[in-house]
Amino acid sequence: MTKIAKLEKNLEEQIAQYDANMLFQQSEYDADEAEQGGYSNYSYWRSTWRSFTKNRTAIFFMCVLGVLLLFTLVQPLLPDQKDPTLIFWVDSMPDMNHRPDAQFWFGTNSTGQDLWARIWSGTRTSLAIGIIVGLFDALLGIIIGAIWGYVRKLDRLMTEIYNVIHNIPHSIILILVSYMVKPSVATMIFAMCVTGWLPMSRFVRNQIVIIRDQEYNLASRCLGTPTFRMIMKNLLPYLISVIMLRIALAIPAAIGNEVFLTYIGLGLPVTIPSLGNLINEGRIVMMSASSRYQIVLPSIVLSVITIAFYVIGNAFSDAADPKNHV
Amino acid sequence: MLKYILKRLLQSVFTLIIIATAVFLLMRLMPESGYFGDEYDKMDAEQIEASLAAMGLRDPIPKQLFNFYKSILSGDLGKSIVFRPKVEIAKIIKQKIPYSIPFGLASIGISLVLGVSIGVIMARFKHKLPDKLGNAYVVVINAVPAAVYYLFIQLYISDILHLPILFDAEKPLSWILPACSMSLSGIAYYAMWIRRYMLDQMTKDYIGFARAKGLSNKKLMYRHVIRNAFVPIAQYLPANMLFTISGSIYVESLFSIPGMGGLLIAAIQRQDNPLVQALVLIYSSIGILGLLLGDLLMALCDPRIKLASKGGSR
Repeated sequence: MTKIAKLEKNLEEQIAQYDANMLFQQSEYDADEAEQGGYSNYSYWRSTWRSFTKNRTAIFFMCVLGVLLLFTLVQPLLPDQKDPTLIFWVDSMPDMNHRPDAQFWFGTNSTGQDLWARIWSGTRTSLAIGIIVGLFDALLGIIIGAIWGYVRKLDRLMTEIYNVIHNIPHSIILILVSYMVKPSVATMIFAMCVTGWLPMSRFVRNQIVIIRDQEYNLASRCLGTPTFRMIMKNLLPYLISVIMLRIALAIPAAIGNEVFLTYIGLGLPVTIPSLGNLINEGRIVMMSASSRYQIVLPSIVLSVITIAFYVIGNAFSDAADPKNHV
Repeated sequence: MLKYILKRLLQSVFTLIIIATAVFLLMRLMPESGYFGDEYDKMDAEQIEASLAAMGLRDPIPKQLFNFYKSILSGDLGKSIVFRPKVEIAKIIKQKIPYSIPFGLASIGISLVLGVSIGVIMARFKHKLPDKLGNAYVVVINAVPAAVYYLFIQLYISDILHLPILFDAEKPLSWILPACSMSLSGIAYYAMWIRRYMLDQMTKDYIGFARAKGLSNKKLMYRHVIRNAFVPIAQYLPANMLFTISGSIYVESLFSIPGMGGLLIAAIQRQDNPLVQALVLIYSSIGILGLLLGDLLMALCDPRIKLASKGGSR
């Protein structure tokens, strides 16, 4: 009690000492300073990057993937590279199943082509398929999801369509579509996109339905924010992490689907090297121990790529979630 | 509840009809040589026309579609053309099913038991070595294409464990590798989700209460956490079934099991249209049935789920 009484006395003395005007001074209005009140140095991308770099496994795989991607692109420009479809001959016989040595770094396959060149060429094909499929999935997913979420009249119909397609096993759709069309890179991408947009569009739809009528959007609309800015600032930050995750996961999935289709005989023609074709070629000769390198080497390259994309995608989506930002 | 079951059942039937129609129409777009096999090159245009008409393929599409439904309803899947000429598809499939079903069931069983145990272990040793190992397994299985690790199992594991590489119905040992290979992705799936749900449950208030009233850690796990975490798992049963389907397509042909998965590949490679059509229908029906069962199971397990409002706008 005495403490509080003391404090009050002290305060009264101070007020008496100064004039009341001295304590609270009216300041000049300054537009710049007024803005600074709401300032925080929180930046979404910087926080995302910070929590991403904390994940050491992801950083490791990112370095590996970066080197690998760079090398895949640069490899044909390096000196002494062989043509991936050229058959090498020893006298009149093709140089088949030549074990790895100084001339053929990864050996030759059962038709006598250089496996080293084929692996990198195949990686390029498979990655191109994966990236295009990922982008198309994201594009289709966002467009369809946005229509699904915004146009209320279509909601029932779209939900039913989604349920129908979702209920069919994906591998069956993939098989059916590829069986119908002649195998080529374009048709393969098409077959994978038939089902690929589903998870993306559902997520976009759910987010839009949730966010559309939330108070901050209502307030934003009342304040006259243009639609474009609302999409960019209010909606997109919620979607960006999932979009990135979907693209990152679509790449290993597409590579896997390519291997699957090739395996069941609906893959790319053998003249186009792809990881699926390489593994399929290796499978034929894998029973003799001396030519096992033909399946082991492409499998290692393929596994490193798919695991790297998978790990990075998941780590990024964790990092991009603002709930995980400290 | 009954209303929901009926609605869900109707939805499944509707889906099935749509798939049947789509498959039928797509097959009509295929080159007509697929209806003849090797004889196609030897026939002239008139003969082709005549036999197409005899097969009912020159009727108007709606009529063909009607006939197609009628024959499916009466259990007639048509006749194989190339794979085993003029043999009823139902007959071919009947020989294959006894191989596929035990493998499918075994793989679902193995993945449920192993997956749940691994998931529980991972959740108990969160961020420790068992959890890290389990996570690595999940990542590898999810990221690497199934064909690659199946091939490596066939190459190396069969050597190490001295198990037969190819399937032989007489040798019980040869059943082990295919059944285990088929359950790998299911195990990863269950382990991943059980771990996640258990960790979610462990931060809930009721766990704090149970701990405060003096329940031992072990009892807490088995009486509360696992039971609650298990409810959403029912939903993953259908996904597991879908994994088994796509797994069976690989595994059966890799280990040369004379089942339906291998049959599908053989039919595709020989361009046997009616057989592909029948198998696609069968596989999609299994998938739809799995999803239906999963939804119903979940409704039974968790009384809190109000399914009538599922799929609504909010």
